[in-house]
Amino acid sequence: MKLELRGITKRFGSLTANDHIDLVVRSGEIHCLLGENGAGKSTLMNVLYGLYQADEGEILLDGVVQRFSGPRDAMNAGIGMVHQHFMLIPVFTVAENVMLGNEPTRAGGTLDLDTARARVREISERFGFDLDPDALVGDLSVGVQQRVEIVKALSRDARILVFDEPTAVLTPPETDALMAIMRRLKERGTAIVFITHKLREVREVADRITVVRLGKVVGEASPTAGNAELASMMVGRAVELTVRKAPAQPGDTALVLRDLSVIDAHGQYVVSHVDLAVRRGEILAIAGVQGNGQTELTEAILGLQPRVEGSITLDGVELAGRTPRQVLDAGVGFVPEDRARDGFVAEFTIAENLMLDRSYGAPFVRAGALQLDTIETFARAAITEFDIRAQGTGTNVGRLSGGNQQKVVLARELNRELRLLVAAQPTRGVDVGSIEFIHQRIVRTRDAGVPVIVVSTELDEVVALADRIAVMYRGEIVGVVPGDSPRDVLGLMMAGAAPQAVAI
Amino acid sequence: MSSVSGTATVSARTAVSRSWKAPIALYAFAVIALVLGFAVARTGTSTFGLTTPGDLVALAPLAVPTGGTVAALALVLAGLAVAAHALVLFGAGRRVPRRLVAVFAIVFLVAFLTWASAGRTIPVTGLLIGGLALGTPLVFGALGGVIGERAGVVNVALEGQLLLGAFSAAVVGSVTGQPVLGLVAAMAGGVLVALILATFAIRYVVDQVIVGIVLNVLVTGLTGFLYVKVLKSDADLFNAPDRFPVLPVPGLSAIPIVGPVLFRQTIIVYLMYVAAFAVWFGLFRTRWGLRVRAVGEHPTAADTVGIDVNRTRFWNVALAGAIAGVGGAYFTLDSVGAFTKEMTNGMGFIALAAVIFGRWHPIRATFAALLFGFATNLQSMLGIIGSPVPSEFMLMLPYVITVFAVAGLVGRSRAPAAGGKPYLKS
Repeated sequence: MKLELRGITKRFGSLTANDHIDLVVRSGEIHCLLGENGAGKSTLMNVLYGLYQADEGEILLDGVVQRFSGPRDAMNAGIGMVHQHFMLIPVFTVAENVMLGNEPTRAGGTLDLDTARARVREISERFGFDLDPDALVGDLSVGVQQRVEIVKALSRDARILVFDEPTAVLTPPETDALMAIMRRLKERGTAIVFITHKLREVREVADRITVVRLGKVVGEASPTAGNAELASMMVGRAVELTVRKAPAQPGDTALVLRDLSVIDAHGQYVVSHVDLAVRRGEILAIAGVQGNGQTELTEAILGLQPRVEGSITLDGVELAGRTPRQVLDAGVGFVPEDRARDGFVAEFTIAENLMLDRSYGAPFVRAGALQLDTIETFARAAITEFDIRAQGTGTNVGRLSGGNQQKVVLARELNRELRLLVAAQPTRGVDVGSIEFIHQRIVRTRDAGVPVIVVSTELDEVVALADRIAVMYRGEIVGVVPGDSPRDVLGLMMAGAAPQAVAI
Repeated sequence: MSSVSGTATVSARTAVSRSWKAPIALYAFAVIALVLGFAVARTGTSTFGLTTPGDLVALAPLAVPTGGTVAALALVLAGLAVAAHALVLFGAGRRVPRRLVAVFAIVFLVAFLTWASAGRTIPVTGLLIGGLALGTPLVFGALGGVIGERAGVVNVALEGQLLLGAFSAAVVGSVTGQPVLGLVAAMAGGVLVALILATFAIRYVVDQVIVGIVLNVLVTGLTGFLYVKVLKSDADLFNAPDRFPVLPVPGLSAIPIVGPVLFRQTIIVYLMYVAAFAVWFGLFRTRWGLRVRAVGEHPTAADTVGIDVNRTRFWNVALAGAIAGVGGAYFTLDSVGAFTKEMTNGMGFIALAAVIFGRWHPIRATFAALLFGFATNLQSMLGIIGSPVPSEFMLMLPYVITVFAVAGLVGRSRAPAAGGKPYLKS
């Protein structure tokens, strides 16, 4: 079995997402497709899977040109995909999800659930997955859901499996388990395409590496290549993987969370009895896999969560129960994790977005009227200071790249007198150049004596920025460890192991 | 998940959240019952007729003293409300079980009927037969709504589908003299409205609710115009369809109360039983249903396993239209026997409410529709026997029950996740 992509080109309007990409994958090998977010990796795989039609180029299987007009054609040709955002229906059982689109039936189109269950059991036993065919997918953990996706692809006799950023949602131990599964699949003759931007994973499992940048293949690398070499291929220039920062000079304790809990609409404790203190001039990073309560914790500080118990004090002032307006006035700067939803108004200009948090009074509004000159001057200064690449202050923020959007958010939040900065996923979906800039600004904020909380699911970012690291798991703080703690300790903590159980 | 040895795992906990909605509502109704039983108590005897001609066993009418019965039932209701309160405070689930609410509702209904019928007779069998009759078109409408919403399309055009179904059934049934052809025409009428909805909502991605409302107005205007200009000009030719005859099921129809209600009906009512079961079976036991539910829950996931989302939605909206069309035929080929202007009278919207009250489940939606039908009939029957409650107030009854049912009793229900959202491929 040999899959060959030849000169694949895919355009979206004026943007060329894939520019004459060539790729060859054979049975029994793991081929890594390495590139930054937005390099065009997922687009390429969606072309391969029949979700997009290529504008140019062809797909060959064992030398035969294929025409995929939809996922069904790709599946029939033996291509399976494990999507980054799982394509599973939460209210269906495992067996129902696996059989969907390919249902065994009895007379009259009646579902043959017994056959479907047996198929799930058979495949999951073959790979040691231990899946219950009758479990509701919505009740399963993310790692197990991913196994359902794998079983789904294998139940259609996929001989080529595409994993699209499969580790983004996994804990480090789950990632290790996935790597083992990929090796086992490879031994059984499956060809694997592994899409990722994480260098360590690539070097661990890849047989061959293809690096893409800005929609083009920039070269092949060997699995023995070093981190720096791979990173510079990805980015196109030498990259500093660490953040330069002086040792922290922590001052008094500024922010204190005492017995803080957040309860969601279903009555679940999504943040559970958290005690934390952050001092002036230090960066506390909150690490953890997505969805372990970090979002709710930051939203609780900002006053965005309706049911909060416990206390949040900043310089002795109680913030729990305050409205977001009052919290901002107390000197809290906030970089939300989903900036497109919570960070800015896409249809507003850069200048308008930069004044959104102070739309109620001086200096930008006087007697109910916008002070256009002040706003414009302020925006110009911010664009220069934060190196925002845009045509001008009148450009809509929705038209900027992710990195520049984030700089707008950061410029707005840092231009007030801050007593606390909360930055959630500050560099998610941001290009490497902007990452360096954003990290620098966060460190400078710390050095100015402001307490900083950084929430990140990327261990690299946590390790690069943190003076101390708090790890969250299922709504609780598993432990707070020094910023230079080894990664494997952090990894175990992210899976719920308390620090005393981990040998430090 | 692979476990780490020596792991001190923490587990998610649940906060206690009590809902006071149910006990407050029950207290309110208990107070009404106490008022009826003591403050505005009525004297005399309330009689419940239980027999219709043709029953195997003639049951004697049930006669009870009005005042004492209502007072006793009111006290029972007060007790149930207190029990509900206690369950919320101390019960294991911190909530009122549905069964208690159902028992409460039935006892309240009996108390109210006893009070309202002082010195008169309420024909219980007749009340139920009429309720089923008025509920039948609602059931068809609700089933059409369930299929549409499960597939991800909000079928606001149900009203138009019922109305055009009624109109086509009347005209075709009358011109051909064949009610069966009228029934087919009704389905075609429903499908026609549904296809317009599907074309605009799916193909051209127009907002589903807006298309639905516009279609309702369009059908109302069109049928109204044709009724005045054509049907009235020669009513014998265009608007005098033969009605379906009542077909008693041998044996079953002779059972007291149940027989005449369920088994002395026309073919359309029997079709309703079949349709409710078939939609349920189809949605939850067949390949068709699995795919319909998949495109309504997570269309992208359905697409990635090779299901054509928009085609699935399109044809299932059409199927929903056919089912709703049969409901329309019920007006002209069964209950009324001729088309009149705007004769469906908002039933399509009540059917939509039944879909929500039934939590998008075909069987529950069927019972919800029958409940609304019963409420409508109760109102007209109380008008006939002369109830002390003003008739204007009674006219509100079905709608009040609809609002209470949807707002109060359903609680937090989960609609199909992709309902109302068009599926666009990038």
